[in-house]
Amino acid sequence: MASFQCDIVSAEKAIFSGNAEQLVAAGVSGDLGILHGHAPLLTELKPGPIRVTREDGEEEVYFVTGGFLEVQPEVVSVLADTATRAHDLNEAAAEEARQEALRAMGDKQSDLDYTRAAAELAEAVAQLRTIQQLREKGGRG
Amino acid sequence: MAAAKEIRSQIGSIKNTQKITSAMEMVAASKMRKAQERMTASQPYAQLIRRVVSHIAKTNPEYRHEYMIEREVKRVGYIVVSSDRGLAGGLNVSVFKAVTREAKYWHEKGIEVDYAALGSKANVFFRNHGGNLVAGKSGLGEAPAVDDLIGSVSVMLKAFDEGQLDRLYVVHNEFVNTMTQKPVVRQLLPLQAPADDDEEETRASGSWDYLYEPDAKTLLDHLLVRYVESQVYQAVVENVACEQAARMIAMKNATDNAGNLIDDLELVYNKARQAAITQEISEIVGGAAAV
Repeated sequence: MASFQCDIVSAEKAIFSGNAEQLVAAGVSGDLGILHGHAPLLTELKPGPIRVTREDGEEEVYFVTGGFLEVQPEVVSVLADTATRAHDLNEAAAEEARQEALRAMGDKQSDLDYTRAAAELAEAVAQLRTIQQLREKGGRG
Repeated sequence: MAAAKEIRSQIGSIKNTQKITSAMEMVAASKMRKAQERMTASQPYAQLIRRVVSHIAKTNPEYRHEYMIEREVKRVGYIVVSSDRGLAGGLNVSVFKAVTREAKYWHEKGIEVDYAALGSKANVFFRNHGGNLVAGKSGLGEAPAVDDLIGSVSVMLKAFDEGQLDRLYVVHNEFVNTMTQKPVVRQLLPLQAPADDDEEETRASGSWDYLYEPDAKTLLDHLLVRYVESQVYQAVVENVACEQAARMIAMKNATDNAGNLIDDLELVYNKARQAAITQEISEIVGGAAAV
């Protein structure tokens, strides 16, 4: 399968750079699968996993809290707000964050707190989703 | 021996100063390494977003964002990045010189200039020398955070949105290497399609467009603001690395100069002491001969 150049960077550092066969990301309007020769596309990203299939068939999973995805036929760039390797994610911590956010939303003190809690909840849910995907992959293999 | 004593105390005070400057040199050297790491760590993002934006500038979009349209220039804005502290050689002065040059150029054309100052040295400079300061932020520290800059940047962006500014520049020091820092002036807005140096970009500009999700306006609004923020952040981080490098060099020079000064004074001191001894001997000899 034809491959394309893929760069993933976060504001702090470069996360991934190399050839990839496929990239799956969570865009604001739905999940996207990118292959070689995709039409030029720009989208915002939701908090969620990014799956990259490298040339050698290995799949890598990253977690981003939002950002932008640019697709050119030969080059794909991911500008993530913050990105972590999914392996570094901690399921217990994510679950705890989700509970915390739910609790914060329960006692609506102010609108500001509510929006922040909602954002935190979305992030925690996305982290859990990433971990689940990672586990499914592990189960299959 | 009065002169000799004076020289002694002078040497003592220079030695104390030398100890301070050499300590500052070492501190700056270790801080520079950290600042340089921070600079290189955030570079990929700044470069990649610049690449994306340069692609956008070449498209023929369904929706042209304010930031992409070249307007008649009536008023321009400068974001001036400086250090918070001095003792860094000509670092800040060379930035201010570059700004002054730019300001003169615009004034000759009868165009007003607004400034946003980042770092306390720039704030002091505009307070002392005039200049229409519209936003300022001091005390960014050694590890500046994006959040600290957003305030000043958004003031400038708002002015641009409202049509008060027609161009926006950022001025900062560029880290060439440890010995060399040079001031650069970069245009942030409106976006410039850069010279075609992209190897992968062979398609003619203006003949294609992206698919946008959710839609062009929302996306470009967010992306271009992020772009400006990231470029300013990169400028600030780079300036911090420059500051430490410049301070290290300045303090190294100061330490060397103190060493030379001490050597010279030692020589003068020895001469004075020798002269005093010679004089004493000749007085004794003269006295003995008289007896």
